[in-house]
Amino acid sequence: MEQKTKIKALEGKQDVVITREFNLPVELLYKAYSEAQFIEQWMGTKVLKLENKTHGSYEFETSYNGNVVFKAHGTIHEVIENQRIVRTFEMENMTIGVQLELLTFEAISDEKSMLSIRIIYQSEKHRAEQMKLPFAYGLNMAHDALETLKFNNA
Amino acid sequence: MNLRRDVFQAIADPTRRAILLLLTTQSMTAGAIAANFNTARPTVSKHLQILTECDLIKQEQLGRENYYHFNPEKMKEVADFVEPFRKMWEEKFNTLESVMQAHNNAKNGTKNKD
Repeated sequence: MEQKTKIKALEGKQDVVITREFNLPVELLYKAYSEAQFIEQWMGTKVLKLENKTHGSYEFETSYNGNVVFKAHGTIHEVIENQRIVRTFEMENMTIGVQLELLTFEAISDEKSMLSIRIIYQSEKHRAEQMKLPFAYGLNMAHDALETLKFNNA
Repeated sequence: MNLRRDVFQAIADPTRRAILLLLTTQSMTAGAIAANFNTARPTVSKHLQILTECDLIKQEQLGRENYYHFNPEKMKEVADFVEPFRKMWEEKFNTLESVMQAHNNAKNGTKNKD
């Protein structure tokens, strides 16, 4: 299958560019980022607060079995409807630090749109921490599976 | 490019990740590895073969026994890749697309009824 999501992370730099083409009109793509009910659905997180406006802010939280497993927040610097969101993003209790996110929404046709996210990290090292996270998460899942296996065999 | 994809296919499987984790602390024979799983021995052998082909683990003859050990270099290479990060976004964006398409269809459906 074709890889729709593209990542550009050049060596020696502290930013990442994520691009993705969607089979969605640009208004719908923007809606997915600007309305809490949709963010909750596709990001799988609870939206505690979202003021999607220039000088606004937001707060996300995800719980699993009654424990908070993910908490993130940021301030929204600039919003231009269907075009642009500039915001900060920081995951709590993580070593990734605060990041600046520049989101650009672009119409390709009436039915297609393009999202481009440029994320700037505090340093190249912080960016590396972010890249390793999904990988480490995968290994942790394996670790949990292994613990269960051992327990079952005992 | 093909090789890289193979590595990620290799670590996409939970049993293979569990095998890798077992081998991070010690070298083990195929039998000793298989003893940790409820799956049949040939299934474990197949997993070991895939991991070996990807260079994630290596085989070494010690006496009469064949020991498997973890190849940290290859794992480091994998950890540095942006692929797991990309995959995470690919999945989230796929969800975004279907959530918004469903929303759009529902909205249009209501319009047509009016």
